[in-house]
Amino acid sequence: MGAGLRAYGLIAAMWVRSTMTYRFSFAMTLLSNFTATGFDFVVILLMFGQVDGLGGFSFAEVAFLYGTTGTAFGLADLSLGQVQRLGRRVRDGTLDTLLVRPVPVLAQVAADRFALRRLGRVTQGLAVLVWSLVLLDVAWTPAKVVLVPVTVLSGWLIFSAVMVVGAAFQFWAQDGSEVANAFTYGGNTLLQYPPVIFAQDLVRGVVYVVPLAFVNWVPALYVLGRQAPGGLPGWAAFVSPVVAAVFWVVAGLAWRAGIRSYRSTGS
Amino acid sequence: MAGGDSFVPEYGELSGDMRDGTYDFIELDGVEKVFDVRRRTGRFRREKHQVRAVDGISFRVPRGEMVGYIGPNGAGKSTTIKMLTGILTPSGGRLRVAGIDPSRDRTRLARRIGVVFGQRTTLWWDLPLRDSYRLVHRMYRVPDARFRENLERCVELLDLAELLEVPVRQLSLGQRMRGDIAAALLHDPEVLYLDEPTIGLDVISKAKVRDFLRDLNAERGTTVLLTTHDLTDIEQLCKRVMVIDHGRLMYDGPLGGLHEVGESERTLVVDLERELPPITADGARVVKVEGPRQWLAFPAARSAAPLVARIAADYPLVDLSVREPDIESVIAKMYAERSADG
Amino acid sequence: MRLYAAVAAGGFRRYATYRVATAAGVFTNTVFGFILAYTYMALWDERPGLGGYDMAEALAYVWIGQALLATCGLMGGGFEDELMERVKTGDIAVDLYRPADLQLWWLSVAVGRSAFQLLGRGVAPMAIGALAFDLALPERPLTWVAFLVSVALGVVVSFAVWFLVALSAFWLMDGAGVVQVAWLSGTFFSGMLLPLTVFPGALGEVARLLPWASLLQVPADVFLEKRTGWELVGTYAFQAGWAVVLLAAGRVLQAVATRRVVVQGG
Repeated sequence: MGAGLRAYGLIAAMWVRSTMTYRFSFAMTLLSNFTATGFDFVVILLMFGQVDGLGGFSFAEVAFLYGTTGTAFGLADLSLGQVQRLGRRVRDGTLDTLLVRPVPVLAQVAADRFALRRLGRVTQGLAVLVWSLVLLDVAWTPAKVVLVPVTVLSGWLIFSAVMVVGAAFQFWAQDGSEVANAFTYGGNTLLQYPPVIFAQDLVRGVVYVVPLAFVNWVPALYVLGRQAPGGLPGWAAFVSPVVAAVFWVVAGLAWRAGIRSYRSTGS
Repeated sequence: MAGGDSFVPEYGELSGDMRDGTYDFIELDGVEKVFDVRRRTGRFRREKHQVRAVDGISFRVPRGEMVGYIGPNGAGKSTTIKMLTGILTPSGGRLRVAGIDPSRDRTRLARRIGVVFGQRTTLWWDLPLRDSYRLVHRMYRVPDARFRENLERCVELLDLAELLEVPVRQLSLGQRMRGDIAAALLHDPEVLYLDEPTIGLDVISKAKVRDFLRDLNAERGTTVLLTTHDLTDIEQLCKRVMVIDHGRLMYDGPLGGLHEVGESERTLVVDLERELPPITADGARVVKVEGPRQWLAFPAARSAAPLVARIAADYPLVDLSVREPDIESVIAKMYAERSADG
Repeated sequence: MRLYAAVAAGGFRRYATYRVATAAGVFTNTVFGFILAYTYMALWDERPGLGGYDMAEALAYVWIGQALLATCGLMGGGFEDELMERVKTGDIAVDLYRPADLQLWWLSVAVGRSAFQLLGRGVAPMAIGALAFDLALPERPLTWVAFLVSVALGVVVSFAVWFLVALSAFWLMDGAGVVQVAWLSGTFFSGMLLPLTVFPGALGEVARLLPWASLLQVPADVFLEKRTGWELVGTYAFQAGWAVVLLAAGRVLQAVATRRVVVQGG
């Protein structure tokens, strides 16, 4: 773990340094990343140009949902988004070159082409989050205040674990990177909207089967003073870090199984 | 983990058998690698069958030796290298490198080995060469002084000074290969695996790479295992050669010994005064006739003298010469015989 | 002409071999279809008739979007990475000296790809969507033909845009920014996220005139029978007009780039 983080830091720092040699180009891509990821928020703005509420949720509430999941997803994309290129590395054989180095392969794959421009998505998510906090009319308690950063951090961990599982899946299905997209990008889109607008089977699936609901729905609805989705009890709002830990156990197992399979089949 | 001094051989923790003071650095005993391959046999049906890529190979390489490992495409060379580096887990048999089981202790072994894949680079494609080296420096925790010394040496001998600031993707194949070899050596590996290090290189680059490897082996005592298509590499670098085909070791011994195993033939080229029907002589056969010149093949193990004497007595001889068999034809013959058997 | 037909057939076959990728794509399109469908339901519940669509039409719009996402290259034409890589490595010089025309060659590849994507990645999500939701489907059989013509024109417009994006690699060190902007325009101004008819005021009017409208909004309106009869002529003219303009721009850029390559000697 320590060795992995150290290697990740080394490789990421190298990429940051190399992008910083083209400052202008970096600034441009950062800006375009910021704008590009903001367009799905523009959609929400456009929607609220036509209506006053979605499923009984106000603009500020939807923006809060958007901000929490957007920031969490942005952080995951920044730190581990590169793992979805794993299938390509398996296909072209460059994974072998990572296996002969004395540091964990996951750290090498994740830090490869580390791109600070992905901060654009994080910044954009944070901006919406802050805006929503200004607009929200919530009776703040210490628990709710603490819950906001905890939500974002747990969401980050959950999304990044999902990315690792998606990458591990590519050990078997090298062209299967899109499946992970359904859970990462798809999950992010889903969680931007209040759970009440979705079919309850879908919501239960997201709560109990692939518990992405813990990225933001469960804790955020508590902050908003609304009922937890899928019939969860109120205290469930505080278990996001535990769910994130479970996600990472699963991700670790999936990754190990993937590497083992690769090393026995060579593909 | 042994920290920063990974370049010092840690004899204490080695379990390799010590014999007469030299121990076998690389040991393979009946190593196998079996792949399950699914093949589409019908429109929807798939058939599973097994391919024995490496089929029970045993050999030992003592520290400091430089060994050629050759064979046709798909013979199992790369699979062997991948097992030696820990990329692939063997399906059977026992394998040790520096006393370490590569498949179990891959990252620990990684500090002590260097690997160069001819077909793909281990360098960071979009970064300048120097950045790749910096990363290697930190990743392998090479002591600063040691790193500087190694880098300077590699830069000088491999002629990299002009290339350090160039992103790897802009390097030519020969430049990249030199860059890759340097990257594999900055942490003072005890063994260097080279998988086709001269593939696609021009003559000058090839010579440079070979000179460097020869020096490395002589001065540092680095053990080198080299797979190649180019038999000149082997002829110029290795005293010992191993030939693999269909996953089996077919020959393991000195380069010269290949001729005997391959039952090779030498060629006697005879220039006669005029065009004549093919020469008849015991123990030799005419393989080619071109005007007054004829080519006779005879077993490499036999002396040419009696044959020459007989021809000189029976035919109007102008000139003659003996040609040694080249290693490529020897190996080609070995493969052909092996295929005929199987 | 036969050459380009062969190239297109090759493009079709090439994508047909990516079975896992196709299955993964169908899965993802379907998941997104569901998510968007529910958000649209929430929106149209609040505002029935928004953008001139009733609920069934809005839901059909969602699934048409998922079906055309890959076909009309909304998030990438599938060829620009390869073409940009050829520009960066200099391999493009070889292509420019080939007897085949660069733009036509890649257009053929794109057409072949799109044909496969429509069958491989378009039909399944549409069918699943139709089973799960009450979608508005064409009442006249001929609408299907009109829809396919509009999709075909959308494919050409999309190609022309991505070809321009790819050629920018001749002048830019890092094409990632341009690709991202194109990707953004492709998703937003095509009407992928929200129908352009829902866009307010001037934004909507401009968006409906931009080339990206040809990729989804226009074919979807043909499908939903919002544009029928003689209106179709104007609709096709709009799409074809953008195709011609953008292809011509691609020609110009290609010519300039060719001169550049020749001057630099590759």
